[in-house]
Amino acid sequence: MSTAIKDTQKMIEEVLDAYPEKSKKDRAKHLAANDPTGQCSTCQVKSNIKSRPGVMTVRGCAYAGAKGVVWGPVKDQITISHGPVGCGQYSWWSRRNYYNGRTGIDTFGTMHITTDFQEKNIVYGGDKGLEAAMHELKELFPLAKGIGILSECPVGLIGDDIEAVSKRVAKEFKFPIVPVRCEGFRGVSQSLGHHIANDTIKDYVLGKGELDTSTPYDVALIGDYNIGGDAWASRKILEEMGLRVISQYTGDATLNEIAIATKAKLNLIHCYRSMNYICRHMEEEYGIPWMEFNFFGPTKSFESIRKIAARFDEKIQEKAEAVIAKYRPVMERIVEEYRPKLEGKKVMLYVGGLRPRHTIGAYEDLGMEVVASGYEFGHGDDYKRTYPELKEGAVIMDDATLYELEEFTRRLRPDMVGSGIKEKYSYHKLGVPFRQMHSWDYSGPYHGFDGFPVFARDMDMTVNSPTWALIRRKR
Amino acid sequence: MRQIAIYGKGGIGKSTTTQNLVAALAEAGRKCMIIGCDPKADSTRLILNRKAQNTVMDMAREKGTVEDLELDDVLLQGFKGIKCAESGGPEPGVGCAGRGVITAINFLEENGAYGDDTEFVFYDVLGDVVCGGFAMPIREGKAKEIYIVTSGEMMAMYAANNISRGVLKYAQSGGVRLGGLICNSRKTDKEFELISELASKLGTQMIHFVPRDNEVQRAELRKKTVIDYAPTHPQADEYRELARKIADNRNFVIPTPITMDELERLLMDYGIMESEEAAA
Repeated sequence: MSTAIKDTQKMIEEVLDAYPEKSKKDRAKHLAANDPTGQCSTCQVKSNIKSRPGVMTVRGCAYAGAKGVVWGPVKDQITISHGPVGCGQYSWWSRRNYYNGRTGIDTFGTMHITTDFQEKNIVYGGDKGLEAAMHELKELFPLAKGIGILSECPVGLIGDDIEAVSKRVAKEFKFPIVPVRCEGFRGVSQSLGHHIANDTIKDYVLGKGELDTSTPYDVALIGDYNIGGDAWASRKILEEMGLRVISQYTGDATLNEIAIATKAKLNLIHCYRSMNYICRHMEEEYGIPWMEFNFFGPTKSFESIRKIAARFDEKIQEKAEAVIAKYRPVMERIVEEYRPKLEGKKVMLYVGGLRPRHTIGAYEDLGMEVVASGYEFGHGDDYKRTYPELKEGAVIMDDATLYELEEFTRRLRPDMVGSGIKEKYSYHKLGVPFRQMHSWDYSGPYHGFDGFPVFARDMDMTVNSPTWALIRRKR
Repeated sequence: MRQIAIYGKGGIGKSTTTQNLVAALAEAGRKCMIIGCDPKADSTRLILNRKAQNTVMDMAREKGTVEDLELDDVLLQGFKGIKCAESGGPEPGVGCAGRGVITAINFLEENGAYGDDTEFVFYDVLGDVVCGGFAMPIREGKAKEIYIVTSGEMMAMYAANNISRGVLKYAQSGGVRLGGLICNSRKTDKEFELISELASKLGTQMIHFVPRDNEVQRAELRKKTVIDYAPTHPQADEYRELARKIADNRNFVIPTPITMDELERLLMDYGIMESEEAAA
């Protein structure tokens, strides 16, 4: 075992020492020193396990995964948060999934619609109220193409038959009504919500649409939620490569795009964690191959472009090379501008589905090093994909607690931390430069060649802001 | 004020027994109240001589929220001034009846439905204890006394034992105690002895053996208790006896539920059930 791994293991043990015996034993399984080769048996973390009470996990719930991540961005569907008002209210437009359209006319992404359960709905059931709500919505928004019913906890407890209501009303409205059983108490994190949402896509929408023309270059862009316009930046690259993106979901997606998605020749998946399920289903059921790609930063983007092009003919491969040739000098200029200011800076990441591994290359393009990385709700396959991306001895964290994040920050002394809104202000108080890596801190896009200049600028702005010098760093 | 909850297997005669015994208490001049904790809302029919129309939850639904309710909307007076309220709730298969019981009891408490002069409050609770809502009457600060209505039938005894387990749980965390078993006779073999034995196994008493009599049904058909309909009938005296025993009862215990095997052995000991060897 190398010294880098041993040193990190020692540091992790020191951090764990503050815990009572039982918590220590439990948390030890979720923290490890990275071994990119995968040979070190003690360097693998356990994941997708129920959080320990009291550790202040930042995880979400199944509803958050199904509504907030997968179904919420579908723009021409009305999403009902079925249950008491809070779940919908506090998840309202928090992920900045951009879309084209006129909100309230033909698109509904930024709207918050709830059945607003009261005591009487619990006792007498919420089915009638739900049906009434759907009729009101149909009248108010005649251009809606479907309705999604996202169950909150009480719906699962009282056993409301939302499937029966959906079926009845769908027949009347002649469009998809999707009941999603994503009650928050199910599963250990938002991850199960993604899976449940994928299953409803499969059962209620997928494969139900017709596509007039078909080309050998038809692809689907999956699992990009268009945060700050990310999916648009990615789509642009694919189109410049000569591919036809027939379906892009769920960022800026229409229900029809999802319905025709089975006509694609290749599924390109951005967020593996949240949408691998639908890709696997289409592989088994429709024989559509799928592949992961990474459009963060020029190195990974060029790599992915070539990987994607290799799945097609020479025509596409030539175009892919042309795309790379066109953007390489543009990207080089960005690197030239920002790298001197960011070279050698250390980054600590603690995010969601794929950014803990996907953004590493982009940081490295800017000369920065990711010294610690972790997932809120990743599974074993996410970590397996992460180990080779990080240096030996980097800290791997699963479902990290605020205490652990702070302790690792004190010991690793990163020049910036990238995480979410729940961590942001405690880092501000610590005086450590911080960037939200879920929502891009109201910026974006970060994907593709449109995104990298923004990414580079934002990281520079974060690390080198004179503001931090005004705060005494508590270390 | 004594708060008493009556539990037992569905269809065993909880509501009939409760209303008859409360009628007997009221006849003896005691101030009583019955709270029906069952969406069917038939716990007060014999006292009011009609089915309660205004249940707490139905009225709350009509008015919008439970906060909009007035006590007068849901608190009715029946035979000999007995106060009656029904929790109400959904038809079978929808919503959450348990939550209805919780909401209704909270409403009645918060609005002082019990008054200062009420001596006995009886909660008549639906079937078995199926969820937290139906345990509401025996939670902290509410009913401290439980009576379980049973008969010599196997499933009724099984339910009685099961309910004792629920009581045990709340007895440990709060002050709830089992006051006894009420045997509502079905004329099964050796019923008196069997229920007496079950009671002693549970660490309690069979507080009264109510014989089976069709007069109860005749009174029920007229939406009345036997006390009201046929006050001189011997069956009325049985309920008066039950009422007296409950009023005088000082025997409150933490129950000692038995296992399914023990229950089956009991039935074998009394020759109700053949042992496996004998059957073979």
